[in-house]
Amino acid sequence: MRLLVIEDDRDAADYLVKAFREVGHVADAATDGDDGLAMALGGQYDVLIVDRMLPKRDGLSVIGDLRAKGMETPALILSALGQVDDRVKGLRAGGDDYLPKPYSFSELLARVEVLARRRAGRSEETVLRVGDLELDRLSHQVHRGEEEITLQPREFRLLEYLMQHAGQVVTRTMLLENVWDYHFDPQTNVIDVHISRLRSKIDKGFSQPLLHTIRGAGYMVRDGAR
Amino acid sequence: MTALGKLFRTTTFKLTLVYLTVFALFAAFLLGYFALNTRRLITEQITDTVNAEITGLSEQYRLGGIRRLVVVVDARARRPGSSLYLVTTFAGESLAGNVTALPPGTLDNTGWVETGYRRLDEGEAGEHPEHHALARVFQLPGGFRLLVGRDLDERERLYNIVLSAGRWSIAIVIVLGLAGGLFVTRRVLRRVDAMTETTRTIMHGDLGGRLPVAGTGDELDRLAENLNLMLERIEALMRGLKEVSDNIAHDLKTPLTRLRNRAEQALRSAKTETEYRAALDSTIEESDGLIRTFNALLMIARAESGQARENMSEFDAAEIAHDIGELYEPLAEEKGMTLRVEAGAPAPLRGNRELISQALANLVDNSIKYAVPRDASNGEPAQIVVRALSEGDRIFLTVADSGPGIPEADRGRVVERFVRLEQSRSQPGLGLGLSLASAVARLHGGELTLADNQPGLKSVIALPRGGPVQIAG
Repeated sequence: MRLLVIEDDRDAADYLVKAFREVGHVADAATDGDDGLAMALGGQYDVLIVDRMLPKRDGLSVIGDLRAKGMETPALILSALGQVDDRVKGLRAGGDDYLPKPYSFSELLARVEVLARRRAGRSEETVLRVGDLELDRLSHQVHRGEEEITLQPREFRLLEYLMQHAGQVVTRTMLLENVWDYHFDPQTNVIDVHISRLRSKIDKGFSQPLLHTIRGAGYMVRDGAR
Repeated sequence: MTALGKLFRTTTFKLTLVYLTVFALFAAFLLGYFALNTRRLITEQITDTVNAEITGLSEQYRLGGIRRLVVVVDARARRPGSSLYLVTTFAGESLAGNVTALPPGTLDNTGWVETGYRRLDEGEAGEHPEHHALARVFQLPGGFRLLVGRDLDERERLYNIVLSAGRWSIAIVIVLGLAGGLFVTRRVLRRVDAMTETTRTIMHGDLGGRLPVAGTGDELDRLAENLNLMLERIEALMRGLKEVSDNIAHDLKTPLTRLRNRAEQALRSAKTETEYRAALDSTIEESDGLIRTFNALLMIARAESGQARENMSEFDAAEIAHDIGELYEPLAEEKGMTLRVEAGAPAPLRGNRELISQALANLVDNSIKYAVPRDASNGEPAQIVVRALSEGDRIFLTVADSGPGIPEADRGRVVERFVRLEQSRSQPGLGLGLSLASAVARLHGGELTLADNQPGLKSVIALPRGGPVQIAG
């Protein structure tokens, strides 16, 4: 994956570039809005990571200009402003995701990978399959092998989201935002309990677990056999 | 700026000047109109009198010829305050009358003429100033000419009286207006100066200062009262801010110290990679905790400062109760409790959906954290009930548990930031959950109350249905 980090804090930019390279991505950095815009227009990037406050041209206007020129490269906004309405403003300006500072790298990485994959347009399928697990988005039926699994509506949406991003790390905040539509910190890790319920329904009694916990990051649905 | 200069620059004074100009112009117009009309009226009276006399005298002439006319004119001319008369032959020779020194040629043309003259009884020219008269020259049959006129001095005198009255009244209007304006302006200026003075002391840090209220209930008083209300709000906010920063200093220093100690400890004594890794892991964990605390504090501060008012929408509180209940139900079950939602009827509400959800989530989280899993008295699983109720123009979101509750004496205190009761110190948590719930309730013009559920705790968020009411002036 080719990534562009537009961030004026040189330390933070270097850290991100280094961290992305360590996990096998190609990453460049720009330190102001004008450079960032020029590089984003010229380079073939898969995802842009844009700081909201930038010298010369702020992050939202960089994204706005790109969108006006027809560039649909997914953009994740980083910002010290973490409130709900700032998030709404960021998404309205053309951003695809919003992450308040300070963030953990695993959270950022998970979101960036989801954005890159979304671009590939995989989420339109009506039947999602991982291993022998099958989720039909139209009839709302879930099967594992021959066996039908009954899920509560929220469990269905949780599994749907996980399966849409099969093979990718999905963090707890991503689940809370996308499955429950909450943007606050529930203090106690309620998500973990929902996951363990879901796990008991789809993995219990099967030799091959599909729902994995990724330590320090989140969860992943993956066909372990592959 | 001099005191006088300041006076002249006030709005009141400028308004006074405008009004003064308008009134002076109006007075001038009124008096001018009056003077002109008076003059016209007097002229009309003169012409009427003269016409009547000419008719009378020509009648005398018709009856008794020039002899009779001369006798009548002489008689009339001698009366005090009489009109002006002159009877001449065709050649211009004076036959009778009381007028002399007419400018030559006056009698040549018949009709109205305004002319200078002297009365016969006044003696030689130069002794008296020349008079002015309005006269009519009339051609009698037989070549005689008759002049009848009235003195104009009266008219001019009246005209002049009116004019000088006008000048005086305008002068008085200006003087009184200016004096009144200055007086009012000075009064207003004194009060504004007092306000400015108070504002200055407040700006220099004495937030306890309040603007003087004269008690007259006028617009300045209302302004001062509203400013005082604002100052009170600011003072409360500042006090809150100070408290928060004190608490932050206290409650964040502890984990920061722990963080630092751990890093130092690792540097000093860790030998293997595993030990370094463990130290780094705990450092990250500790800093995540700090970030959470900061986020919660920012959220509370935002709710308290009223900034979150922008994000208000209409939604159903019953739905929120179901959503939050659904989110926490597995957690409660895992802890050996039951969580039930009682929210049948829709409870429409205007507010910040996200914040109200979080407030309710905090209350549920608290109940799960502190409720004893199994009721000590009868061994039943502990119950948590989430309710959404619409009553009158208020919406009640209630979380009731059968846990240990909060002693009545502590109920006011636990809402404050970072306050955690001794019994709960062992539990994980920030001591900010109730503070946030309370701040969110107040943001919406409602309140959070903690009550006894006998046994247990009943936390109630009461919210006005229509959202926060703006403070009316």
